[in-house]
Amino acid sequence: MSDEFKSGSKLEKVLKSGQFAVTGECGPPRGADAEVIRKKCTLLKDKADAFNITDNQTAVVRMSSIASAVIMMQQGMEPVMQMVCRDRNRIAIQSDILGGAALGIKNMLCLSGDHQKFGDHPQAKNVFDLDSIQLINTVKIMRDDCKFLSGEEIKGAPKLFIGAAANPFADPFEIRAPRLAKKIAAGVDFIQTQCIFNLKKFEEWMKQVVDMGLHEKVYILGGVTPFKSFGMARYMANNVPGMDVPDELLQRMKSTPKEKQAEEGITIAVETIKRLQAIKGIAGVHIMAIEWEEKVGEIAEKAGLLPRPTI
Amino acid sequence: MVIGERKPFDEIMKMLEGVKKIAVMGCGGCVTVCLTGGHDEVRVLSSQLRMARDKEGNPIEIIEKTLERQCDPEYVEQAEGVASEVEAVLSMACGAGVQFMAERYKDLPIYPALNTTFVGGSKKEGYYVERCQTCGECKLYFTGGICPIARCSKSLLNGPCGGSTNGKCEIDPEIDCAWQLILDRLKSLNQMDRYSSMMPINDWRTNRDGGPRKMIREDFQR
Repeated sequence: MSDEFKSGSKLEKVLKSGQFAVTGECGPPRGADAEVIRKKCTLLKDKADAFNITDNQTAVVRMSSIASAVIMMQQGMEPVMQMVCRDRNRIAIQSDILGGAALGIKNMLCLSGDHQKFGDHPQAKNVFDLDSIQLINTVKIMRDDCKFLSGEEIKGAPKLFIGAAANPFADPFEIRAPRLAKKIAAGVDFIQTQCIFNLKKFEEWMKQVVDMGLHEKVYILGGVTPFKSFGMARYMANNVPGMDVPDELLQRMKSTPKEKQAEEGITIAVETIKRLQAIKGIAGVHIMAIEWEEKVGEIAEKAGLLPRPTI
Repeated sequence: MVIGERKPFDEIMKMLEGVKKIAVMGCGGCVTVCLTGGHDEVRVLSSQLRMARDKEGNPIEIIEKTLERQCDPEYVEQAEGVASEVEAVLSMACGAGVQFMAERYKDLPIYPALNTTFVGGSKKEGYYVERCQTCGECKLYFTGGICPIARCSKSLLNGPCGGSTNGKCEIDPEIDCAWQLILDRLKSLNQMDRYSSMMPINDWRTNRDGGPRKMIREDFQR
């Protein structure tokens, strides 16, 4: 990792300084009311270094990631613009990268995207002109080589800190570390992992990552999601593809009285962060409090991650 | 082969509203093999139509015929006698056959009785699965003989997404994860190195994205 900043984003600076980074997440509204984002921003401000803005997550139509990111920046916060391959071909992708960068976005997360089957428009034609690894590589080529995919020169390269996701809990397990290596070779700068509930398996994955020396080539932020209730835990265990919720956690949530389950969910999240901090190669956490933004600060506070550094 | 599935009967009945005399035209090619548009299926559909229209008190006259193939002008020509006697043709060929018929018989409405679904094969009798999306640039060398474009729900070229669980695709537990199959096979072929290098961004010009395609054998163009 060289001395120069790739985008100069706050997230990049925190990670580069060796401090434990914190990112949060903000889902855009299903409407054109900017006030919804501003309200979420009020809850999230100063609770993390940067905040992901999801891109039509679960294939449900929402306000665009770029527009929402700009509204967030107007609140003095730093967004991580998510971009999925499902809805755009390479022409639209490159155009949106230029547009996002021109508007001041400095972090971008490259994803394949949930299949439209899960969303509100299952009849839609999907694109997948690129996959997530090729998208990472596209941003890198645009940023570092100042070129479009066509090979033509870009006047004013987009300076973006490039992120991607990794899911250590999906199958086949043995290629999950090699898959991370592929993302690194494609040019990724930071990784946010899938929500971690099965810490044992996560540690196993991280060991492979460290053995391959990958943690020295990319910043890895462990994904943490608090359970709001036993019902949510059970739903995530049974209905969300690629999610691994061990029985002992389910039992722990189940045996907690209903009115205390939310609190217990927070406690588990804080414990998870503490365990993650002790794992070699972990550079930060990504707290995804789904439609529960007000709890990000509490979790970060309890985990001793506040105040966030000023850079 | 090209797989086709018969359209719902009501939809076919609707297409034939107001028509008194038709030909139900089978095809001896792929759709005969996949049991949807051959000689036997022509007979069954024709009987169904006759009975349904009789019941409505609006009988329909049907000529049954099956051509060797409907995607070949030489055989399409053989429908000429029948074509001159009917008001419309209900073609039981794939979409290509329907269009070859329509190109040849310019004044005759040609209606499709099938939905052309995919290029695939039969796992067993009456059980057909998709295997090829005709992208025009075969990648099976790199992927252990299993196509990620046709068989991964997102056509991902560089490995499984985060939704692959126990060998199944996130969109349906009945669908195999193509990348699980590819990786299992690469492993057994001792070709896992093919996974580690990045598959470059695809050139879709050879796919339909380059416009309707054609293939010309110059040596046959005299």
